[in-house]
Amino acid sequence: MNQADFQTLLPVIVLTVWALALLLVDLFVPKEKKWITALLAATGLALTIGISLTQTGQSILGFVREIKLDGIEITVSMVVLDGFSTFVSILLLFSGLMGISIAYGYLKRMGIERGEYYSLILFSIVGMMLMTQAADLIVVFIALELLSIPLYVLAAFANTNASSEESGIKYFLLGAFSGSFVVYGIALVFGATQTTAIAGVAAAASAGTANVPLMLAGSGLILVGFGFKVAAVPFQMWTPDVYQGAPTSVTAFMAAGAKIAGFAALMRVFSTAFPSIAADLTPILAVLAALTMIVGNVAAISQKNIKRMLAYSSIAHAGYILMAFVAFGNPELTNDAISAAIFYLVAYAVTNFGSWAIVISLEEKDGKGLALDDYAGLGKSNPLMAAAMTIFMLSLTGIPPTLGLIGKIYLFRVVVEGGFMWLAIIGVLTSLISAFYYLRVIVIMYMKDGEPKTTSESWLNFTWGTMAVATVIFSFIPASLFKWASEAVMKLF
Amino acid sequence: MDFALLPNLVTFFPLVGVLILFFIKAENKVLIRWVSLLTALATFGISLVLLQQFDANNPALQMVTNLPWINVADWNISYYIGVDGLSILLILLTTFLTPIALLSTWSAIEEREKDFNIFFLMLEVGMLGVFMAQDLFLFYVFWEFTLVPMYFLIGIWGGPQRIYASIKFFLYTMAGSLLMLLAILWLGINQGTFAVPDLIALGGIPAGIQTWLFLAFAIAFAIKVPMWPLHSWLPDAHVQAPTAGSVILAGVLLKMGTYGFVRFNLPLFPEAAVKFAPMMATLAVIGIIYGAIVSYYQKDIKKLVAYSSISHLGFVMLGLFALNSQGIQGGILQMINHGLSTGALFLLVGMIYEQTHTRDFEVYGGLWKIMPVYGTVMLIVTLSSMGLPGLNGFVGEFTILLGAWGAGMPGEVLGSYWYAGLSAIGVILAAIYMLYMYQKIFLGPEGSIVESLKAKGHPLRDLSVREIITIVPLLVFIFWIGLYPKPFFALIAPTVDNLVKVLQAAMMH
Repeated sequence: MNQADFQTLLPVIVLTVWALALLLVDLFVPKEKKWITALLAATGLALTIGISLTQTGQSILGFVREIKLDGIEITVSMVVLDGFSTFVSILLLFSGLMGISIAYGYLKRMGIERGEYYSLILFSIVGMMLMTQAADLIVVFIALELLSIPLYVLAAFANTNASSEESGIKYFLLGAFSGSFVVYGIALVFGATQTTAIAGVAAAASAGTANVPLMLAGSGLILVGFGFKVAAVPFQMWTPDVYQGAPTSVTAFMAAGAKIAGFAALMRVFSTAFPSIAADLTPILAVLAALTMIVGNVAAISQKNIKRMLAYSSIAHAGYILMAFVAFGNPELTNDAISAAIFYLVAYAVTNFGSWAIVISLEEKDGKGLALDDYAGLGKSNPLMAAAMTIFMLSLTGIPPTLGLIGKIYLFRVVVEGGFMWLAIIGVLTSLISAFYYLRVIVIMYMKDGEPKTTSESWLNFTWGTMAVATVIFSFIPASLFKWASEAVMKLF
Repeated sequence: MDFALLPNLVTFFPLVGVLILFFIKAENKVLIRWVSLLTALATFGISLVLLQQFDANNPALQMVTNLPWINVADWNISYYIGVDGLSILLILLTTFLTPIALLSTWSAIEEREKDFNIFFLMLEVGMLGVFMAQDLFLFYVFWEFTLVPMYFLIGIWGGPQRIYASIKFFLYTMAGSLLMLLAILWLGINQGTFAVPDLIALGGIPAGIQTWLFLAFAIAFAIKVPMWPLHSWLPDAHVQAPTAGSVILAGVLLKMGTYGFVRFNLPLFPEAAVKFAPMMATLAVIGIIYGAIVSYYQKDIKKLVAYSSISHLGFVMLGLFALNSQGIQGGILQMINHGLSTGALFLLVGMIYEQTHTRDFEVYGGLWKIMPVYGTVMLIVTLSSMGLPGLNGFVGEFTILLGAWGAGMPGEVLGSYWYAGLSAIGVILAAIYMLYMYQKIFLGPEGSIVESLKAKGHPLRDLSVREIITIVPLLVFIFWIGLYPKPFFALIAPTVDNLVKVLQAAMMH
């Protein structure tokens, strides 16, 4: 491992070491003082954010080697550090911070406070960050497992609670199932191109030495595997049950973190490894996106439980982000498409954590306080919280003045520019459907009477408060965020 | 990079009131009322300064603020606002009606008054933004934003069916505007700018595509107007909304639709506008007659006024799609007239409703003897709404009919006198249903409600001083426009003449 390799992986290494150390330290933290563990975990994340920030603008390859493919000699690497990976890593680390700040009081309240929680979050983020840096399909797979296994454990973290256990086992089984798709796909791609290095795959494809049908089959299988991870239709079945059963703080983290990592991998793999077959995949992706938006939004309408409703809403949002991928067929738009997708992920993460923080505030032991009707009267009893929830619901719908609108506009623009008007129309029509169930939350909060019980916990309040402010403020000044996102993408190629 | 303070000040001044309201305790109702009323009055005051600075002879956009807003990755979205002849009167109407509507809530809104006033002032910002915005994206942001406070106003303070009505209102409007959003994106991508004046100057959108873009914008605006057959949200929203909400809904929000047609559809897609003019005019005429007939069969006063709005806005649309100077000027003036008359009608209905808690006019009757002041005011407003000469409605409708007649000449855009002829029937029908309502409420023997209120110990009283203060400013303008409309036309005419030139060039094609 030389200097460049070390530098490339520096944030990942730091966080891994920190997570391992945290496991040990936690042994000596007394049971009633678990805030120390939480604080240490947050410090680790903050430190890693700091390191990542110093790396912005850098572009380094790690673990470089030369390979020969049918006479072409090219340089490939295992991992890479570039603007894209840095940007997405920072977003992931931020998600980790949010995941901890909403979890601390919640775990205590639910009686499931254990120090491992924080280490597991850190390990999962290590996997996610590695995913954004992967330059080799093998690394993609390792990262996928590394991010998933802690999540399986976290989903079942409230064990002895049957639904949490069910959630964990379901997530595990489907995760393993989808992981095998990815492996099989990688194997086929290797068969087609004699390499697993992403740059090598791309070179073989453009040189015409690759076996195209085999490569198409392989990339299709990889797509299926990630389709499970990001909960795209028809691979979404697990989502509502897992989201509902898992402890809410875990659900929030999964909904943002796993989705960001899954999409980051898709972007990395599909924009760099398979650009030559992007045109063939475009119609498939377009149909997937359309189905995901329709199914997610329609199914959300009839939900009575807020966790299930937000689960379906997260499926729907995966569909919106997938829309960005259809523009891949058009090389001129790839940059715009990716920056639109990243921007949307930022908007989604912010809104997501805010709304889940409020869900946690209302949740009581034994799964009470999660029905939509439990929100009745929130507008009167806790006007600030209700206002924040309103902002989040409007942002998820895409109504000004919220970040969600800007994100959606950015996405729709790429789709329109790519010439997929029909997809854009499905996109806006499903947004209309989504307005119905997001508005219902607002209706229940303000227009129905009730006495909701809320927990006022400083970190929780801090989370939904800042996220609500951010959702509004950034919608007025999205340019700097845009710029950062699109600059991140410029470095991808 | 231009900056003019006044339009920004007008648009965002209500936020000052919102900020102050945040720091007032909800129990301090009197202070809350005064703060928001004074804010709205101050906004009106600033808009009068705006009017005084406005150069009526200049057809171009004035007092322009143009600052880059989202300028990354070949996006050219700017914060671009300004005032011209198309918008100046609507801006004034907004700032004029808001304090009046607020004053009317002093006795009507009893609970969560603070929230009510905050939403109301936020709504004013949204409406003013819609009329000021010259960038399509900025316009869309304001346009969609107005939905949120109005949704709350209906949903929290509305009648028994308020939740249904508020959601229907929201979804209907959003359905239209989402298609408009795609059209806006198409324009921004293919023309390279979102700024409306630049887009008009650029022109050159192929006729085939103009058709689609025109339709995408038209559906959004037609829902808002609302034009037949997209009107079904309106009666629900009006009947369920609190009085002040109805006043603003009828007075201003509906005008956002008709304004959208003049501001965007006509100048941006002139060829498509010419092509669709007969169709739009047909829908307008159907709306005029349909609205009038349905009004006649209503038993609920508010519903009657709501359906009459569909009829009146049909006139506005007919005027606009006559595509000539008279028609468009009449259309714009009629927007103001409808805002004044219907605003006044909703206020008056609200005043009696506060005493009787019923809007079913079968139980009324003989109120003239008990409430002479109320009866007189109602008579004036009813006559204004009918279009009696000497009052404002007549001026607008007459100008529109002249325009439609002119456009109906052979070779002109509508090409048939039927449009003007049939819509004139609407004027007669209006007289029938309005007078029928007036007669039921004020004339004849005393209705059952009079007795039952007496029995309860709350006999009907005539208008209070506050109520008179609320309604008098509207009456002033009803007479002013009716007797001497020239200054109002003078504000509109130069800009409209410019627009008509663009349309005439398109007719040559």
